[in-house]
Amino acid sequence: MSTQSLQKRESDLANSNRQLDILSGGIFKTGELPTFKDKIAETNQFPLKPKKLEILQINLGYMCNQVCEHCHVDAGPDRKEIMTRETMLQCLEVIKNTGAHTLDLTGGAPEMNPDFKWFVHEASKAGIKDFIVRSNLTIIRANKKYHDLPDFFKEHNVHVISSMPHYTRGKTDKQRGSGVFDKSIKALQELNARGYGMPGSDLRLDLVYNPSGAFLPGDQTALEKDFKKALKEDFDIEFHNLFAITNLPIARFLDYLIASENYEDYMYSLVEAYNPAAVSNVMCTNTISISWDGWLYDCDFNQMLDLKVASKVQHISDYNEALLNDRKIIISQHCYGCTAGAGSSCQGSVA
Amino acid sequence: MQKTYYDPADLKKFGKISEWNQELGDKFFDYYSKVFEEGHLTAREKSLIALAVAHTEQCPYCIDAYTKDGLQRGITKEEMMEALHVGAAIKSGATLVHGVQMMNKVNKLEM
Ligand code: SF4
Ligand code: SF4
Repeated sequence: MSTQSLQKRESDLANSNRQLDILSGGIFKTGELPTFKDKIAETNQFPLKPKKLEILQINLGYMCNQVCEHCHVDAGPDRKEIMTRETMLQCLEVIKNTGAHTLDLTGGAPEMNPDFKWFVHEASKAGIKDFIVRSNLTIIRANKKYHDLPDFFKEHNVHVISSMPHYTRGKTDKQRGSGVFDKSIKALQELNARGYGMPGSDLRLDLVYNPSGAFLPGDQTALEKDFKKALKEDFDIEFHNLFAITNLPIARFLDYLIASENYEDYMYSLVEAYNPAAVSNVMCTNTISISWDGWLYDCDFNQMLDLKVASKVQHISDYNEALLNDRKIIISQHCYGCTAGAGSSCQGSVA
Repeated sequence: MQKTYYDPADLKKFGKISEWNQELGDKFFDYYSKVFEEGHLTAREKSLIALAVAHTEQCPYCIDAYTKDGLQRGITKEEMMEALHVGAAIKSGATLVHGVQMMNKVNKLEM
């Protein structure tokens, strides 16, 4: 496993235009597979439009303590893009006035932003109903200064969503790096000790599963059952829900697909599993994604492809929810990842 | 004409067998999907049985399909290999148990 981001490696694919070329070239150019636009047009769902805004997802930066092979953010310790306090202040203004009921902080490892705690503290005052932090678990054990995170999360009633590729050490470490499994288990036990994830507890702890390879996630309910059983039996760990998320063919996962000669087969699998019923609930229909430097996107994936919202308003500094809600969502072939099978979003299945 | 008997791309065309006999094709695919539904056995257990049988039948299409199916279900490679050994044990057992027939015959013919 590489320990550097594509950007640091100066890979071709660090360039979002190159990724977009790949996604619209090859089998999609020759017509062997239909484009996402043509596919959703079959059921009159083009252009894709937002519904009511429910979630503000803020990316606090691309810095991360891990360098997972499948990462769609191309995050890592070598990424220096992190949100400044100035942009955070602009976000806070928006959070205070938004109609969205959920605030979702992501990264990278959002906790690595030096102003993370300050921001969470301020944002929690806005009275948002569901306040999510996407924590990769190992960060809690990475350094002494993060050891108090479980208490901090509890204090602010944060809803923790964490990635856990598998309930076995082998599969987890293969995707995320050696030692990740043991650290994650320890972090989960600490969260449990604070009441997180316990049956009936208001302190929500959900896990995210994404496949460790060029295949789609299986049935979310069945996977949740297997995860619950194994984590309980082996480590006495409890959690609330498991979200099964499909890997989208962008950034490092795209790099992996191409290098392992799985790209075409994977795109075939995504198109074959296309479910028209999932389209109306894809994430971009109820989410606005905000980047570390304050630009607005339809989703975190479009952010990584640098596809800014198609609206007069493109930056947090002139945020206008009504105008934004009138936009057309920008799509490309990576969107097939959101509509495969039961669909996939940051909250798991959608159909 | 293709140069090899098997082409991985043919697996995607499996559904086309119905084109030349819709009724029987439909019946087969209905039956097939019903068999793999969650029942007294879990879908996960059925997937492992299918993987083992795919190997004893030595069907490259089925091996391709049920390896991927297993991964999607979160089945580990250790579990997959164990299932294969069950198939292999039955195969070799089935070979060796016929040894009794051989022994019977030898015993009957030899003075
Ligand atoms: S997948 Fe998450 S934990 Fe892994 S490198 Fe990317 S941001 Fe970090
Ligand atoms: S990738 Fe983004 S824009 Fe495309 S369907 Fe998914 S959420 Fe929507």
